[in-house]
Amino acid sequence: MVNGPPAVELVDLRKTYGNLVVLDRLTMRVATGGVHALLGPNGAGKTTTVRILATLTRPDSGIARVAGHDVLGERRQVRRTISLAGQHAALDDGQSGIENLTMLARLTGLSRRAARQRATTLLDRFDLAGAAGRRVRTYSGGMRRRLDLAASLVGTPSVIFLDEPTTGLDPRSRQGLWEVIGELARAGVTVLLTTQYLEEADRLADRITVLHDGRLAAEGTATELKQRFGAQRLELTWRDAAGFGQAAERLGDRVVHRDPARLELAVTTDGSAPDIRRLLDEIDPDRHGVVRFTVREATLDDVFLTLTGRPVTADREVANV
Amino acid sequence: MSELAIRGTQTAVMIGRSVRLSRRNIDALLVSLVLPVLLMLLFVYLFGGAIETGSAYVTYVVPGVLLLCAGFGAAGTAVSVTTDLTEGMIERLRTMDISATAILAGHVVASVARNLVSTTLVLAVAVAIGFRPAIEPLRWLAAAGLLVLFLLAVSWMSAAFGLLARTPEAASGYTFLVMFLPYPSSAFVPVETMPGWLRGFAEHQPVTPVIESLRGLLLDTPVGSAPARVVAWFLGILVVAVVLSALLFRRRVA
Repeated sequence: MVNGPPAVELVDLRKTYGNLVVLDRLTMRVATGGVHALLGPNGAGKTTTVRILATLTRPDSGIARVAGHDVLGERRQVRRTISLAGQHAALDDGQSGIENLTMLARLTGLSRRAARQRATTLLDRFDLAGAAGRRVRTYSGGMRRRLDLAASLVGTPSVIFLDEPTTGLDPRSRQGLWEVIGELARAGVTVLLTTQYLEEADRLADRITVLHDGRLAAEGTATELKQRFGAQRLELTWRDAAGFGQAAERLGDRVVHRDPARLELAVTTDGSAPDIRRLLDEIDPDRHGVVRFTVREATLDDVFLTLTGRPVTADREVANV
Repeated sequence: MSELAIRGTQTAVMIGRSVRLSRRNIDALLVSLVLPVLLMLLFVYLFGGAIETGSAYVTYVVPGVLLLCAGFGAAGTAVSVTTDLTEGMIERLRTMDISATAILAGHVVASVARNLVSTTLVLAVAVAIGFRPAIEPLRWLAAAGLLVLFLLAVSWMSAAFGLLARTPEAASGYTFLVMFLPYPSSAFVPVETMPGWLRGFAEHQPVTPVIESLRGLLLDTPVGSAPARVVAWFLGILVVAVVLSALLFRRRVA
């Protein structure tokens, strides 16, 4: 599928609500196949982007295409290509898992029998066969999300949009969902997911687009982003609190990470031996205070902080409200 | 499959869904079945003795209770439409290219079906406590036809209210209008007993010809132009509701 149109193509996409500019001439492209993450803090425009691509919101101006089809002019073709799993699992509580999926499969045009078959296959694949006959009302959060993902696959879409698929899930369910998303991509579907969890983007996505204030802040693989926007860092462990405190004061803004409980400080470095030797000599001239050091790759957190000027933790709290 | 056949199947699936969900919503189902019967008993035994209608009060009040019943059923339609909107089901269906008409028709047809069940129940209880309709199959058929038209129009209007409301609670509030309308009509007391200003309203509002038609058709008395007025009113309301809900749908869901 190298020569086909990209799975998603946005050109100068703009969307405002009153005075609020949600998307500010966003231009981006998602190649066919694999998992692509839209990463950004709350209000960055992730959900709006996905809703425009899923034909649920009209952009003010600009172009949005899915698999070469314009979301406004060729809405029907777009809808036949895509599916969307939103932030809330859109399922009928009063129907069982298999009834929900059979209903949706019938709506895509399958016969009664074929629809039931498709529902059974999907329930197996998402590890829900045991709960197939139970009303969705009795499902756990993780099960609902899995069923929601299964539901978004009934029409065999080639592009799937997942809007914060794991927000609000416990770590174990999240892990389970990550595996399922990975499988989708291996089955040849293009997955575009939005997330505010860096770990999720790091683990799942082949490519990441960082959105900030409705604009593209950066794009690349996780490794590329880390190399480009976050230097490596030198983590130093101090012998005692006094030495730790003095060093922290002396270094001021240069400290990129501090952990008083473990007497750890970190500063950025290019990772070369001369740089590390120079830093050690500068920070600990008596060669007495630092007992241990480690050189670490930048994390996506560092990238995120550099690009958006906001630490991730604050957003994570918001996401869990 | 042709476009029409696809749309037909989609509508059928949506109707099946709404019927199944209403069948399983035991609380709402019980309320919509038991409440009209209780109301009828209340009117007949509590108020009936004090109201002079020229015939047994149960005979007089049955058509009114049937319409009250429709009001309750319609409220359910608005709530279920709003719930589908707020819980994302309508968005999922839209991204699957399911038409607005199919989605709303599912709710409306289920509402009509629910109402026909509760109507039958009310009639059965009415007969048990002394309602003696005339047995005229053709007139009964006409009465049933008018009632279905009324239910269709009121349910579709409620679906439109459902699209207008932001929360299911608000949706249920909107349908108060539908539930209230049978009172200032000839449903429970003769309009001659009302003060002049109210009487004018009662005589000309759409519910009154429905009551007059049902009463006349079930009891085999002259109905005059009432059935024609019912058809005019409720075909009109149905058309307005369909157009209005299509517009609202486009506003709420791109």
